[in-house]
Amino acid sequence: MGDLAAEKHAKYILLVEKRKDDVESVLMEHLRINGAYWGLTTLDILGKLEAVEQEKVVPWVMSCQHQSGGFGGNEGHDPHLLYTLSAIQILALFDKIEVLDIDKVSSYIASLQNEDGSFSGDIWGEIDTRFSYVAICSLALLHRLDRINVEKAVKYIISCKNLDGGFGCTPGAESHAGQIFCCIGALAIMGSLHYVDKDLLGWWLCERQVKSGGLNGRPEKLPDVCYSWWVLSSLIMIDRVHWIDKEKLVKFILDCQDIEKGGISDRPDDAVDVFHTYFGVAGLSLLEYPGLKAIDPAYALPVDVVNRIFLR
Amino acid sequence: MHGRPRKSATPVDENASALKAAKIRSLQSQFLQNHHNKIYTKEALEINAKLIEVNPEFMTAWNYRKLAFEHSLSSQSEAEKGDSDHIKSIIDEELRVVENALRKNFKSYGAWHHRKWVVSKGNSSTERELRLLNLFQKQDTRNFHAWNYRRFIAGMKSISEEKELQFTTDMINDNFSNYSAWHNRSVLLSHLLEKKVEGYFPKETFLTEEYEFVRNAVFTDPDDQSGWFYHLWLLDQTIKLDMPILASFWPPPGSDLNVPIDLDANKATFPVILYFNEPVEGVSSQTITVQTEYDIHDNITWSPLSTNKFGCALAWVTHMRIPHEELDSSKTYQVKISSEHSQGITSLSGVSLNRPWSFAFTVSVCQHLQPAEGQSLGRLSLTDENFCTIDTNLNMTALLKSAFQFTNDDEQPTSSKWKSEIIASEISQYRELLSWAECKIGKLTLARLLVAYDAMITGTQFTPSIAEEVLQLLTELMKLDPPHYQYYKDEYSLILLKQVTSSKESLLKYCWQYKESTSLNITGPTCLRLNSLSLSRIGSIEQLLWVQSLDLSHNQLHSIEGLEALQLLSCLNLSHNKLGSFMALDPLRFLKSLRILDISHNEIGAHTVDTKRYLCSSPLSHKVAFDKNFEEFANGDAKVMDFWEPFSIFGGLNLIQLDIMGNAAVDERFVLFLVKLLPALKWLNGEELH
Repeated sequence: MGDLAAEKHAKYILLVEKRKDDVESVLMEHLRINGAYWGLTTLDILGKLEAVEQEKVVPWVMSCQHQSGGFGGNEGHDPHLLYTLSAIQILALFDKIEVLDIDKVSSYIASLQNEDGSFSGDIWGEIDTRFSYVAICSLALLHRLDRINVEKAVKYIISCKNLDGGFGCTPGAESHAGQIFCCIGALAIMGSLHYVDKDLLGWWLCERQVKSGGLNGRPEKLPDVCYSWWVLSSLIMIDRVHWIDKEKLVKFILDCQDIEKGGISDRPDDAVDVFHTYFGVAGLSLLEYPGLKAIDPAYALPVDVVNRIFLR
Repeated sequence: MHGRPRKSATPVDENASALKAAKIRSLQSQFLQNHHNKIYTKEALEINAKLIEVNPEFMTAWNYRKLAFEHSLSSQSEAEKGDSDHIKSIIDEELRVVENALRKNFKSYGAWHHRKWVVSKGNSSTERELRLLNLFQKQDTRNFHAWNYRRFIAGMKSISEEKELQFTTDMINDNFSNYSAWHNRSVLLSHLLEKKVEGYFPKETFLTEEYEFVRNAVFTDPDDQSGWFYHLWLLDQTIKLDMPILASFWPPPGSDLNVPIDLDANKATFPVILYFNEPVEGVSSQTITVQTEYDIHDNITWSPLSTNKFGCALAWVTHMRIPHEELDSSKTYQVKISSEHSQGITSLSGVSLNRPWSFAFTVSVCQHLQPAEGQSLGRLSLTDENFCTIDTNLNMTALLKSAFQFTNDDEQPTSSKWKSEIIASEISQYRELLSWAECKIGKLTLARLLVAYDAMITGTQFTPSIAEEVLQLLTELMKLDPPHYQYYKDEYSLILLKQVTSSKESLLKYCWQYKESTSLNITGPTCLRLNSLSLSRIGSIEQLLWVQSLDLSHNQLHSIEGLEALQLLSCLNLSHNKLGSFMALDPLRFLKSLRILDISHNEIGAHTVDTKRYLCSSPLSHKVAFDKNFEEFANGDAKVMDFWEPFSIFGGLNLIQLDIMGNAAVDERFVLFLVKLLPALKWLNGEELH
């Protein structure tokens, strides 16, 4: 099995940050701010955040802000809730939330709540529970949850609850681990987990663990390292994580490493990327793998960062 | 990002990649320039279309197309405005671009949403959309984007739910392993049932056929999960009640309560506990009527025993007070608790508890002088030597007896008959399946069916042969499916406790009498000893509301969720378990009568991950603000600030005896903190405090 090649992964992330001229990097430019959040949080969990020059990152993050107050995926790109959360999370890592005009950002986010409590991702109106999570997590980190109608937000999320106990992107949509994470995370942040049938959902989630020890995102699909985060953090938030075999999952994640070049892939022997490197390392942290900083399952930020924001 | 093989890039690869990358980057910067300058010419749109084909996930590119679309419409000439073909051609072009993008990446959120946005403008053909959907749904029957889009089109074009139901039937017949189709089926059937559409209401009308339909699937391929999850939904639909019910309560009906006087406070109080079958809200003096023979001076307030701020809970309590002027009387008072105006009590999904209920008991004040709590009290030890077998003449058996009298006869006879028949039929079908297929979910399903059947026939009693069969199935599952061992273990614990609490006889086996009588005013005469049973989870709380003294030591409990309802609990032993954090003790904060607590030898402080963090009162989940009381108590001591969790749990308790050794979080500093926090504490970790 081997161990976590922490040094290699840190080096890989720093390398990816600089790499700009291959097809892959260009095709990811539209979500560079997400990538930055994945890379930087991973570095923090590995205890290597100081390797990054804060003075370069923070101004770049701010350059992604649009005049509406929201953030785009990169400089000059249109704003969207998905990128706005990453911006706030990156600033939280560096304890620099104060550089924001908090009211301006909060107004942008709050403006995207609809009458039924749902959230649109941007002014073009796509509705998805992912955006509910992103909005609620963002506003909570900014201490501005009072800017939205929390009761309606909860109601909408509950309307997306399915008969198997899981959640989908919109009412009636199939349960999917990613959506479940978003809904459970949002409900957790809003203190509303009592609406969740923990036993029913817990069983659906624990059945994501397949023979290889990895987790899939829904029944009869292939396992993928990113579900180590979404399924795992959901199980932790509803206190049912003991229903999976943690050791087998650790082994699966470690098997997905590229021990030579660094980075983690979706499945063993596939190509690595920052996305899966983050979810693999974050998953290992949730599994209490030694030597890693603890990560909060709802805010997806290191616990010391979250405590700094809420328990002052 | 997914499913690409890992390989080292050769210099040739890298070169080609760099060239391609440069081309894309050029497209990108041209596009962004057009976008920022609001240029929507044909050439600009072509550049955008090329870019979208290469990178359909680029949201800004899709936004631009919408702006271009709106621009086209608003800059139409008068002639163009009247020409429906002109608008149609613009729409068709958008739909073509989306289809192109979807062929490259049929999971692109941006592409699907753009199509939805365009189609919402009108002028679209249902046939064309369904054709597109059929294409993608054949390519990947689990594509949830396609399924979502299908629901959108069905809604927009008013395609009937029955037609869509037929579609799921076709998909499933084509391939049983289609969880998405099964899921959609459950959604459609729920809607039809809710709207009381003929042929789908009442639920019996379609459930029998559905059981048969899913049986074909799981019999064909028992290892495919899809059908089994659907079966669980069918079973849940079959047994679920149409409204919340009062499952249990304390004091038992017809019991005689003898309430001691609290000498320090000079009052006599007793709790009334209401325990429902699911969390409810709206329990208050408006919805619950309390009638007594003495004058109730204070308003009766009902408190939910839960940590959310929304006022809903499984268990509710009120503490009734015997008025001061009645304290030296030896009179017996009648008390009746009832709910006629039940409209106000609702489940979380808004269903009212419509059936009235009531129960009555008598209360008298205990005139014997009790030693004041804690006065000249030795340390209470809960080991075997301090107990003896129970005296069957003891008053407590009367208490146990009445706890089992309460039954629920809320069912219509015909509906009840159908339910038990169908479940019995399912049981024999799946016993047959398991005779030729070693199938894990099949075994679990059979266990669930047996439990449901027994509950239907016997209520809270548990037929011994069924209990044995279920426990046997769970034991087999622990061996057959090791990764999910803990899930089956938790189920096993629940079934075991169900068995233990299923009758007076079985419960008495676990009741022990205290030998020493000095502390009886705190502990009560008996202790329910459920130690060393390998319990990983507690349950059957509704059967345990009478418990004053409880021993759960030497088990494997990582959670004590549910204990908050045991309002009479004054003595609790949780030593040698697996409680992993202070927050795991959260239920204890509701046990105001608790005086003796042993949580030694657990795992508090041993974990970096706290799985109770979001289920309990915490500023992180915005359930409670960071406690001002705590800040005062900490008095600026930074080290004490770490202890806000134990402060919130122990701060409200009046413990006189506490054992906490054998937990990683317990050091000298913590012990000092506790002594300061608990002024009534007499015994800590086996030593007397002065």
